[in-house]
Amino acid sequence: MIPELGEFALILALCFSGVLAVIPLYGAATLNVLWMNYAKPLAAAQFTFIAISFVCLGYAFAQDDFSVQYVANHSNSLLPLQFKLSAVWGGHEGSLLLWALILSGWTLAVSLFSRNLPLDILARVLGVMGIIATGFISFLLWTSSPFLRYLPRFPQEGADLNPLLQDFGLIVHPPMLYMGYVGFSVAFSFAIAALLSGRLDASWARWSRPWTNIAWAFLGAGITLGSWWAYYELGWGGWWFWDPVENASLMPWLVGTALLHSLAVTEKRGVFKSWTLLLAIFAFSLSLLGTFLVRSGVLTSVHAFASDPERGLFILILLLLTIGGSLTLYAFKAPNVKSESRFGWLSREMMLLVNNVFLTVMAVTVLLGTLYPLLIDALGAGKISVGPPYFNALFVPIMGLMSIAMGVSIAARWRQTKLDVIKQNLLIPAIVSIIFGLIFPFIYGDGFNFKVTFGMTVSLWVLATVFSEFKAKFRNAPNIMTKITQLPASYYGMMLAHIGVAVMAIGITIVSMYSEERDMRMAIGDSIELSGYQFTFKGTLPIKGPNFTADQGTLVVSYEGETVAILHPEKRHYTAKRSMMTEASIDAGLFRDLYVALGEPLADGAWAVRVHFKPFVRWIWLGGLLMALGGIITVFDKRYRAAKPANLEVKHA
Amino acid sequence: MHNRLLLFIPLILFSLLSLFLWKGLSLDPKLLPSALIGKSFPDFKESALLDAKRELNQDDLKGQPVLVNVWATWCPSCRQEHEQLLHIAKSGKIGIIGLNYKDDRAAATQWLQTLGNPYQFTIFDESGMLGLDLGVYGAPETYLLDATGKIRHRHIGVVTEESWQEMQAIIKSWEQVSDQ
Repeated sequence: MIPELGEFALILALCFSGVLAVIPLYGAATLNVLWMNYAKPLAAAQFTFIAISFVCLGYAFAQDDFSVQYVANHSNSLLPLQFKLSAVWGGHEGSLLLWALILSGWTLAVSLFSRNLPLDILARVLGVMGIIATGFISFLLWTSSPFLRYLPRFPQEGADLNPLLQDFGLIVHPPMLYMGYVGFSVAFSFAIAALLSGRLDASWARWSRPWTNIAWAFLGAGITLGSWWAYYELGWGGWWFWDPVENASLMPWLVGTALLHSLAVTEKRGVFKSWTLLLAIFAFSLSLLGTFLVRSGVLTSVHAFASDPERGLFILILLLLTIGGSLTLYAFKAPNVKSESRFGWLSREMMLLVNNVFLTVMAVTVLLGTLYPLLIDALGAGKISVGPPYFNALFVPIMGLMSIAMGVSIAARWRQTKLDVIKQNLLIPAIVSIIFGLIFPFIYGDGFNFKVTFGMTVSLWVLATVFSEFKAKFRNAPNIMTKITQLPASYYGMMLAHIGVAVMAIGITIVSMYSEERDMRMAIGDSIELSGYQFTFKGTLPIKGPNFTADQGTLVVSYEGETVAILHPEKRHYTAKRSMMTEASIDAGLFRDLYVALGEPLADGAWAVRVHFKPFVRWIWLGGLLMALGGIITVFDKRYRAAKPANLEVKHA
Repeated sequence: MHNRLLLFIPLILFSLLSLFLWKGLSLDPKLLPSALIGKSFPDFKESALLDAKRELNQDDLKGQPVLVNVWATWCPSCRQEHEQLLHIAKSGKIGIIGLNYKDDRAAATQWLQTLGNPYQFTIFDESGMLGLDLGVYGAPETYLLDATGKIRHRHIGVVTEESWQEMQAIIKSWEQVSDQ
């Protein structure tokens, strides 16, 4: 009964989103206020019914209703409750339902926090989001309903959730990522609304900025969580694999980064309008493309847990309509590309443009690397695949160049920057970072290493220019305390995000260059030394978990004779899926991780053991979180709230 | 007027891209298992991974049914399926031949030493040319060959207990045919 209710609620939601896709847009085109006013209640109704549907599916999981196919395939009565609930988005159908829920949530949020928007813009934005929702809910209902039953005979026990996904990381990673993916639909809808209305002034940039920043922050946090999850759960100590699905999330993040900088220029200086519109369309298009790549089975990867060509065709059509439609609109209605000469070569506008180009080039690099095998195949030239070497070779140099430009742009001023200002703000950071980069490999490592010097120099450059700019802000301030409170939240957010970039770059440089890894046959009592740490193997014991049995190993780690950690890696055997899983054990620290995983059992109680020393690896995720936090802080800027109902302000005064 | 045309560039690029994506769908490796199904394993001459002096060719795959598993050290999913391969090798039901694809000899050797070696021998396809002839989409992939060296089944992605059951069913069906 409950699953049917869920299906029914989803059908009702489709009805509401269908109306939302038509009425308000038509109202805006014909200036019919009544029709435009339908947008808000429709958005609320759409959200309510998708939420009901989502709760119904969660209930089916909590109740172990194995007559529902999706539940039977992704859950098990022995699964702990928190994993039963997160299993709702552990497969294709449920993750799409989550997608739709988040989309309708964003739609509702726009309708609630937009009291200062003109009615026709609001109607258009919500209408465009309604079109997207209509497409996705249809996709759910026609090709991927999570509510299908096994009737009359259904299994007594579920097939269990993929053991890789039975983890805290999976509980939080997909919702975060989807918040980001789908959040770009808001910026997209604002861009489309602006194109439709023809009002391409700075105000649409101001309206979309907070939405873009927050979606970008969620996406960044989601990618960071995914990287952290892969690190400890997949069991071989890597943090990024250039896997097609990771790339699918990285591309919208890169374009989103370009977009939020470009929006800043458009809002402040009124230039780059066409470019910003295009980035807004691309950021969301790449989110859709990511969905297509993951769900269609066009690319195979670790993550592609459900793929099906029929679904692929549906998403491709959806993609064609959304992206093709919006680009056609763009081609006809975007403002002409003028030669914009209102800023000089050494202006902040120019530097941001340069960084945008770098970010876009990186996104295209990733796109090509991800699609290249497909393109070659489609051209009939055979099947090939590109590995991490391609990405590393192209990504690292562009990253470096971009970091250098980042430092310059933070010191640059709008319109034109005097050479003196550049010299004053950048000379010391340049000298300090180069010296630091040169010295670092001698102090930390065992001799000169160009890659380390390069990585540390650009990281410190980014960091030092942030502080130098901060100092410059206070140079002429009479009172430091008032100056601190005067600076807008978006300024602090930006600074924090840039510090995050530097922190992440430091982490990537050190972990790539100074990690140590050893695969060893270890008998009981054997020990090995890695970067000064002594790992002693004490053997394994059988243990039993709720839905698995395991061999749990014990390794004692000591440093200069003192025990620093006792690690318990596990080799788990999940009963329902009959699959083996490696559960690594990690002693985490800000400056180093000690990482141990069990390989194969060998004769006489000995095991193949994998031991890693990972210096500064936490900095990668710390940097990612700082960037996301920076993005969130910007939203608290007074500017975005000041424009609330104007008459209210007057009354208070 | 010239500038106006620039705004059409994104649309044109996207149209081209979607044409490829559409073709990609119809080329879906799971939809069309392999152009080589029912045909002989392609000709090759490569060295063995663990013995660079040993020359291998397609005759080494004949005589009894085998699985040919395409793997590489740069492929995370290969590590995931490795235990299942060891399990299959241990069961003794079928031999597994490795095809080390676009890899580094030292790294691959190290991999087999530490994770265990499920393969009777491994073909070292450094240039990826054999993979190209075989139509390898990406690692891991596994091919089921009959005793005459003909490709009978292709599995893309990680070999799991389920896909192993599927392959066993195929092997069983041959035995029934030969019994009759």
